[in-house]
Amino acid sequence: MIVYLLCFVLFLVGLYGVITRRNLIKIAISLSIMEFSIFLILVLIGYIDQGLAPIVNTNSGPEIYVDPLPQAMVLTAIVIGLATTAMLMAIAIRLYRKYKTFDIREIKNLRG
Amino acid sequence: MDALIPLFVAFPLISAFLMVIFGKLVKGFHRFLAPITLLALLLLAVYEFTSLGGTSQAYAMGGWTGKEGSPLGIFLVLDGFSVIMLCIINLIGLVALFYSLSYMAKYTAEANYYSLFCLIVAGMNGVVLSGDLFNLFVFLEVSVISSYALVAFGVGKTELEASFKYQVLGGLASMLILLAIGLIYWQCKTVNMAEVRAAFDGSYSKAFYVFVQVLLISGFGLKAAIIPFHAWLPDAHSSAPSPISAMLSGVLIKAVGIYVLIRLFFNMFVFTHEIGVVIAALGAISMVLGSLLAINQWDVKRLLAYSSISQIGYIVMAFGMGIILLLRGNNEAAAVLAIGGGIYHMINHAVFKGLLFLNAGSLEFRLNTRNLKEMGGLSKSMPLTSTTSFMASMSISGIPPFNGFFSKLVIIIAAINGRFYLLAALAVLVSIITLGYFLKFQRFAFFNKAEKAVEKIREVPFPMATSMVFLAILCVALSLLAIPSVSETVLRPAIDVLIQPELYSTTLIGI
Repeated sequence: MIVYLLCFVLFLVGLYGVITRRNLIKIAISLSIMEFSIFLILVLIGYIDQGLAPIVNTNSGPEIYVDPLPQAMVLTAIVIGLATTAMLMAIAIRLYRKYKTFDIREIKNLRG
Repeated sequence: MDALIPLFVAFPLISAFLMVIFGKLVKGFHRFLAPITLLALLLLAVYEFTSLGGTSQAYAMGGWTGKEGSPLGIFLVLDGFSVIMLCIINLIGLVALFYSLSYMAKYTAEANYYSLFCLIVAGMNGVVLSGDLFNLFVFLEVSVISSYALVAFGVGKTELEASFKYQVLGGLASMLILLAIGLIYWQCKTVNMAEVRAAFDGSYSKAFYVFVQVLLISGFGLKAAIIPFHAWLPDAHSSAPSPISAMLSGVLIKAVGIYVLIRLFFNMFVFTHEIGVVIAALGAISMVLGSLLAINQWDVKRLLAYSSISQIGYIVMAFGMGIILLLRGNNEAAAVLAIGGGIYHMINHAVFKGLLFLNAGSLEFRLNTRNLKEMGGLSKSMPLTSTTSFMASMSISGIPPFNGFFSKLVIIIAAINGRFYLLAALAVLVSIITLGYFLKFQRFAFFNKAEKAVEKIREVPFPMATSMVFLAILCVALSLLAIPSVSETVLRPAIDVLIQPELYSTTLIGI
């Protein structure tokens, strides 16, 4: 149970960062922290105590395996996370070239 | 088993890759391939629409159906509701793409634009077809990541800022959705929507159920820009190139936001009275606040973006009323009206909001400004733009011969039949406010005295004009759906999917 709670705390740390940080790069990092807390939860969902890696060998008799489906989902989600982070960084760098700053207080053309 | 279903995703994906590879080598390759792709998709959607006839089809990816209760099969499901969404997506996609042929000529890297456009369409088609939650998430990310890139396509100051804001909020929404999917897998040991429904039908803990529903409402609410979650929409939709604004406002927020919400809450969860009230209330709030926020806008595309929020409110409210009425159980006719009105307004909104954004794009194309105060007197020099935008404005504010009137009327009649008098009154009031700010748009853009010399301004080029005229004709033609016998054949299959929510899972598991 304590592990799940720690994941949730990590999620909240990321959320706090997204809300309070004023630096574009730090916002991107906070989003990544949130993302990884969710990946951890997904992996934990498939975990079984004493479970082995799910490589089924017919000779070795009955064994306990961890659930492989969440692991496959996490791999896919990590790839998607990579794409979003790369996109976010590309935009942040372009913004830096236009405004010469990463501070969101100085990047505010859009109002109302 | 229908072998044509995966083509909706595969076809645009393949042409997106081909365009990036060959676009630089062969001149004009992308301008040729992209419209053909979208045209083929539209024909395919119409063919499926005519051949489906109220049944539902499933396609198991790679022939894997899952054995002995293992949740390994991935299904693409085509039924009455998703086929209507496919028709809208590919129709608006084709028109916006045709419009881009001359609008995007001033930008560099055209091949990338058309490639991203095809990816966004592939993602949306996938979301609409997907019968399994995780696949839905993947397709959703495909379409929203390409929309992040397309919003920033102009790489000016405002475009980049809007795209960053959109990405942060969109990323947050994706996290919430992924968390909800993980939790559902934890409880049900499956991510197939039909099997999840069967698992929920048996037993579930109430607290868990509500937590997952709240996560999903906030996640997809952020994607659909329902009001407490709307902050990104006016920036993103006004900064994108105009054909992309038409795609985002016209279909993206419906396909990845509202469609998924409706599909999950009708066909995956067993709906409860509370959730109906929450959905109807969110809809009513966005309907009212969206229109109030739109009044004071002087940027044409910002005004249209806020009005999107307000019109989305109508659709969400109609479905919320549908849930409450279905649960009451004594007035199915009103529930059918509410849900039918929601679907009808969804189709109409895609058409007229797409048209209005294309009009705004034409104004920007010729005048290089989006500020209403700098326009005026354009009805003489741009007659086609003026006429089509007048038709769309009248349609969105609900003036009789146009389609918007009938769909709003159906929603209001359903509200009165179901004894939601407050919601009916609000819907009428918002319709009047909508008329107000669209008259402002018409007056300042087309009918006022000109601020500067407008004689030199000419009508937009042929592809742009054709797309606008086509959508304007649709604005009138879609009124025909109000005739009972027509709506019986067109809308009824979609309504049936939603008013008998348990059939979705029973027929699918049966396959």
